[in-house]
Amino acid sequence: MTDIKRRDFFKLMGGAAGLALAGCSGAPMVSSSGELMPKTGRRVVVIGGGYGGTIAAKYVRMSDPSIEVVLVEKSKQFVSCPFSNLVIGGSYQLGDITIGYDKLASNHGVKVVHQEVTGVDAGAKKVVTAGGTLSYDRLIVSPGIGFRFEELEGYDAKATPAAMPHAWKAGEQTMILRKQLEAMKDGGTAIIAVPTTPYRCPPGPYERASQMAWYFKQAKPKSKIIILDANPDITSKGGLFKKGWEKHYKGMIEFRGNNKVVKVDHKKMTVDTGVEEIKGDVVNVIPPQRAADIAIKAGLVGEDKKWCPVDATTFESTIAKGIHVIGDACIAGAMPKSGYSANSEAKVCALNVVALMNGKAPIGLSGINTCYSFLTDKEAVSVAAVYKVDGGKIVSVKGAGGVSPDLSTLEGQYARSWIKNILVEMST
Amino acid sequence: MTRKWKHLAALTGGLVLSASVIAAEPSPAMLANACGGCHGTNGASAGPSMPTIGGQSAIAIAEAMKGFKSGDRPATVMGRIAKGYSDAEIDAMSKYLATQKWVGVGQKADAAAIAKGKDLHDKNCKRCHLENGKEFDENATVLAGQWLEYLQIQMDDYASGARKMSEKKAERMKKLSRQELEALAQFYASQK
Repeated sequence: MTDIKRRDFFKLMGGAAGLALAGCSGAPMVSSSGELMPKTGRRVVVIGGGYGGTIAAKYVRMSDPSIEVVLVEKSKQFVSCPFSNLVIGGSYQLGDITIGYDKLASNHGVKVVHQEVTGVDAGAKKVVTAGGTLSYDRLIVSPGIGFRFEELEGYDAKATPAAMPHAWKAGEQTMILRKQLEAMKDGGTAIIAVPTTPYRCPPGPYERASQMAWYFKQAKPKSKIIILDANPDITSKGGLFKKGWEKHYKGMIEFRGNNKVVKVDHKKMTVDTGVEEIKGDVVNVIPPQRAADIAIKAGLVGEDKKWCPVDATTFESTIAKGIHVIGDACIAGAMPKSGYSANSEAKVCALNVVALMNGKAPIGLSGINTCYSFLTDKEAVSVAAVYKVDGGKIVSVKGAGGVSPDLSTLEGQYARSWIKNILVEMST
Repeated sequence: MTRKWKHLAALTGGLVLSASVIAAEPSPAMLANACGGCHGTNGASAGPSMPTIGGQSAIAIAEAMKGFKSGDRPATVMGRIAKGYSDAEIDAMSKYLATQKWVGVGQKADAAAIAKGKDLHDKNCKRCHLENGKEFDENATVLAGQWLEYLQIQMDDYASGARKMSEKKAERMKKLSRQELEALAQFYASQK
């Protein structure tokens, strides 16, 4: 949704996100054609066809085929953020990490609707799309992230990412960054601006630096990479990244902690930390983040105005009854904002949505996160953890989990199988 | 009071608490589903270095997990993950996975290697890995249609001594050369 549309929307709603949206049926942006797909039996609607939404939709159907599941997703294809850094580095192609939705429909009877969700009427239990409304008994929202562009002075939501790609939603943005690296002269400088935590994929910026360096080492060995990190130090797998950079890219990657970018100028290709203005040939500004627009419009974000608080076992919003939020958008205690976490949360949520709809008690959460990062095209490192609920919060099981002892090609081999498995799990 | 809360109230002796404060126990499906992000839905893997575990022997899965947990079996992430589960949870997820359908992937292999592997299998392995590896005897595993990359990693670990074996198995395995182990891996991977 564009800003203008959002303004109209809020004007219509009296500016109150989270208000019952029944009044919007007359709005020009929302078709008043009524129900897009009339509900006959019990129905779960899932918003978002990414790491969380696809799995939630599939596992509700697998757990109770008597429940109709409608997955609403604007795009016809999904491009994975995990492994998109390898596309930027050049050892993977975008097609390797792109999936469709056909088999979720044919194998599991998930009804896939390609519409943009414009609102949620929690009171009437309806999802509003441009093509009409979708009634639900329970709603699972897995919308991913949105950006807090407004915190970066000079950032234009359209022009800036075209010149200074964030590439933090994979697809077109990934390819802009890749092409800029290809076009850059040898001896150039690439800048990566890392936002304050929490953001999607904690080790992602450092894997990205590694993949840029892997490409530069072969094609542009005189080039360098500056990481301007809003956080004091590398936020994930720090020791392993530093070890890998020393081993493979000595002198090529400069890490600067406590260097928060506060201002950007996409015409001059500069970023400003408030202390220093730095110019790059390629500038990858990863803006600070929050839950995606729809989570905000539906009134699902909490007091921080950024992320969605949920029950730690059912992922039901603590703000809106009957609506569950999973993936990067929710506050999932110790579980990080990663693809694997979203996959695991989706399964927990699906089993519990089915339990609740059948009048049964919720089932205890058991979750996993496994996250690989590549230092070269072959060597990878990982972090893993197992989760349970303790005292109403998701916590890591003590004595389990942790990071790799070292870089390894075996972990790289497992990582390549992981991306295959998880994308096949989402799409078949 | 909805049915849900009546049920919870009954469980908690009249106290109505939020779901997560009660800290309900995970079900076998809940435990096993989390494995699917790497091992595929219902344990049917689509990635060649990750083994298919759905439809595998429950004893073998539990033994693998307990080996990872203790450090007896070499691992990358599995050692770190297995430590997150009690033995009872491992048994529950193993039994659940064992009831799933085994989805073997008959992979292309060199005909000579398959023939050699079949011969080695008949001479050394068939008493535990029954029916060309399609069936199992107690803690022996299903091997037919298991992923080749995974089998090769295991053969490497056996050959290097990193992965421990029963005496019965070690006696047979130590006589086999690296080429023979490779032929066996190719043979099993080619089965459906």
